[in-house]
Amino acid sequence: MPEVTLVEAINLALARAMEDDPNVVVFGEDVGVNGGVFRATVGLQQRFGSERVFDTPLAELLISGLCVGMAAQGLKPVGEIQFMGFIYPCIDQLVNHASRLRNRTQGRLSCPMVLRTPHGSGIRAPEHHSESTEAMLAHIPGLRVVIPSSPERAYGLLLAAIRDPDPVVFLEPTRIYRAARGEVEDNGEAMPLDVAFVLKEGRDVTLISWGAMVKETLAAAETLDAEGISAEVIDLATLKPYDEETLLSSVAKTGRCIIVHEAARTGGFGAEIAALIAERGLTSLLAPVARVTGYDTVMPLPRLEQYYMPSVDRIATAGRKACQFS
Amino acid sequence: MTESRHTDESLPVIARFEVRHRNYLAPDGSIHRRLPAFASDTRQLVRLYRAMVLVRAFDLKAVALQRTGRLGTYAASLGQEAVSVGVASAMRNEDVLFPSYRDNAALIWRGVKLEEILLFWGGDERGNHFSGPVQDFPFCIPVGSQAPHAAGVAYAFKLRKQPRVAVCLFGDGATSKGDVFEAMNFAGVHKLPVVFVVTNNQWAISVPLRLQTASETLAQKAIAAGFIGEQVDGNDIVAMHAAAEEAIEVARNSRGPRFIEAVTYRLGDHTTADDAARYRPTEEVQARWKEEPIARLRSFLAGQKAWSKTDEEQLSAECQQHIDAAVERYLGVKPRAPETMFDHLYAELPRAYAAQRRELEGND
Repeated sequence: MPEVTLVEAINLALARAMEDDPNVVVFGEDVGVNGGVFRATVGLQQRFGSERVFDTPLAELLISGLCVGMAAQGLKPVGEIQFMGFIYPCIDQLVNHASRLRNRTQGRLSCPMVLRTPHGSGIRAPEHHSESTEAMLAHIPGLRVVIPSSPERAYGLLLAAIRDPDPVVFLEPTRIYRAARGEVEDNGEAMPLDVAFVLKEGRDVTLISWGAMVKETLAAAETLDAEGISAEVIDLATLKPYDEETLLSSVAKTGRCIIVHEAARTGGFGAEIAALIAERGLTSLLAPVARVTGYDTVMPLPRLEQYYMPSVDRIATAGRKACQFS
Repeated sequence: MTESRHTDESLPVIARFEVRHRNYLAPDGSIHRRLPAFASDTRQLVRLYRAMVLVRAFDLKAVALQRTGRLGTYAASLGQEAVSVGVASAMRNEDVLFPSYRDNAALIWRGVKLEEILLFWGGDERGNHFSGPVQDFPFCIPVGSQAPHAAGVAYAFKLRKQPRVAVCLFGDGATSKGDVFEAMNFAGVHKLPVVFVVTNNQWAISVPLRLQTASETLAQKAIAAGFIGEQVDGNDIVAMHAAAEEAIEVARNSRGPRFIEAVTYRLGDHTTADDAARYRPTEEVQARWKEEPIARLRSFLAGQKAWSKTDEEQLSAECQQHIDAAVERYLGVKPRAPETMFDHLYAELPRAYAAQRRELEGND
């Protein structure tokens, strides 16, 4: 099996989806001739033509709104927003239309669209290029929010997102676009959109994360293992809907839960998971649930971003603390 | 315009633009200029007339229902019936309509039942699962946000080489929004089969047009997007139908998008939740009553001996009967079971929400 990077896996999934289904169209800023600023769409326009793969005017609201119209006509639009910091003009379309068209018309019209965007920090980029505001999106009823953390899951989850009959926001961890490498078989097999992945089994503490932070979380688990603390690592992968059962059964086993995300703490998706465990997993807890997150600050520019992001050390410390509690 | 002459008029002019105005019937029903071909068939005009009279009577009834607590907030189209009817009557069934919340008349023309419209405004989503063309969009409430959808649908038509047209209606306030311009701009780039119609009724709730834009016309907004914008007397149904028919045929024949500014006037309140007397003088409204579309066409038809007092009485009775029967059916619709609020959230309800749905079960 060939080894590919995460961004190459995205490209493979897009090509596969376009090959399999003539209704799939791909568009956004610079996705055509240029192949996307991260090269996620490279080669697609040459292969599938400029009607199915095209550059839009520089207008994010338009990109999301086009998706809604195309999807209602039975196309499978895959729009790209160049960076998550520029997705906000799309919020109106996502909240008011994409996520509700099916309900508003009681199933007469639907919205099978995918909006892809690079997510998160760590690439020493200018302001607005390091955002991780996934919790905002996960709050929208009717939407799906997905974020892979490996090439294999990027491929399988993106195929699933494109084939799904409902709108999906697909967040791509920018920091590991090229750093994450893995074997991906281009076999057209999709993954389920509401199942979390247990990446490493453990007995003493559950570490839950998603996107690029999974890398640090796995590294922290290794550190803890070396100290005799057996850590279980879960890649949540789908934030809306999310796999409550896998999280609860893991915490039932370990009795300890650390949630790791780079987004700001207050109202972050970690709060949702902590609330779930408080509601349905409290009796199995041996230690308070802890969150290792970005701070409640504006995402700092590159000189300080390493202090903002949860580090292996911060995650491991939280794990140790949980184990010391009882 | 704030300044009409350039400071340095020796600079060469590199582009000039023009906006045309279309009008056939004067407010008193007399003919301004030679009528378009379709209007020589008075039966066709009578059809348009009947549609306008029906929606006016329907609006009256809907407002009465709202006032007596049997309907939610309602947006009547009093005074601007010719826009919705003129545009919808120029469409084909396979075209796709994108109505604003005030385009009841367009929906009715396209086969949506009166009780379905009442059901929607009465607070039930099932009103949008209507009997009109299955691909038509429902009323759009966030102003102008349906324009990008129309562009997306038109792109699908172009991609599939289907001779179909997306027809998008919105109000004058919507032209201040990026949504509308982003959609028009894209439609221009790809020469999409889409027609944008702005119902310029002079008021966006309480904000007059002069506070929306300094443009002399709204039609000229299309020029910046690279296609033709035409201003039409929106109270002249002959002009509205002719302009829409021409624009839709241009779009259908792959000659690109068109933009129509329909100049009309909202004679009533914005919605039943509004009181227009708070922000505009009665004299202004009274003056505008002299230009309204229904009396205008009636005068013309009467002059042509194509419409009589008896016809009017008969039509009025028919409309009442039609409306009363629809109201009865609407009032007879039972609310749906509470847990069904989950049923069209996703194609298949994710297991994560099954428990929430169960919580609502048996609560009706």
